Amino acid sequence: MVRINGEAADAAGKSIAEYLAGTAYDTGRIAVERNGDIVPKARYDETVLMDEDVVEIVSFVGGG
Amino acid sequence: MIPSRDEWQAALELRHGRERQKSFSSAVVAVCGLGGLGSNIAVALARAGIGKLILIDFDRVDLTNLHRQQYKAEQIGRLKTEALSENLKEIAPYTALETHTVRIDRENAAALLKEADIVCEAFDDAEYKAMLVDTVTEKMPGKYLIAASGMAGLGSANDIKTRRLTNRFYLCGDEVSDAADEIGLVSARVMLCAAHQAHAVLQILAKEA
Repeated sequence: MVRINGEAADAAGKSIAEYLAGTAYDTGRIAVERNGDIVPKARYDETVLMDEDVVEIVSFVGGG
Repeated sequence: MIPSRDEWQAALELRHGRERQKSFSSAVVAVCGLGGLGSNIAVALARAGIGKLILIDFDRVDLTNLHRQQYKAEQIGRLKTEALSENLKEIAPYTALETHTVRIDRENAAALLKEADIVCEAFDDAEYKAMLVDTVTEKMPGKYLIAASGMAGLGSANDIKTRRLTNRFYLCGDEVSDAADEIGLVSARVMLCAAHQAHAVLQILAKEA
């Protein structure tokens, strides 16, 4: 299992792009952290989630 | 009569400790966006004696900014880079300032931020926030980055937090209060979030983060 935002997710084997495509996340407004590093958007296609990965997806909201 | 540079430095060292002040005084911090977050971050960092601030914003001071941003009525219509520089020079005359009146994008970010040790993301727009985080983490992985998300409305002040997501990436805010959904941005809560960002800068420089 992959842990995404603290919850177990059946996402092992999927790329980050594939995982996100099945969610409501707006890729223009997020940052994805995987095992302690931010994954640049240019690598969402090639970065494949593995069993025991710990992922956090941060959604930015407006205001500043 | 404005104190001399040496007197100023001595006063800062007395407050912060000599070693700590040395790291503050030799640091270069970029503030990307000079609105409610950025103008308040810059004031806090200038007061703390950061050596050099890189101030970046393309916009001008508007009447609708004055309820939360560190500008004055007489500065309406002025470039934010120029108006904030004036205000910072009055507050902390020996902080070096570099200004760029430009919209930061993926192409120019690396050049604008080249000299910065720490980058503060202080934009208003969620997509620009994400773009800067993506660009800095991809193209400038050695830099510390302190971003902000969620500081609108009149929710609890205590919901504004600093989270360290990676070794070099910190996120401040409540992460949910969107300026579009709430009553908008209110001075004290925006200042709280800006203070979290400025404080993260000082903690990193003091190696206490």
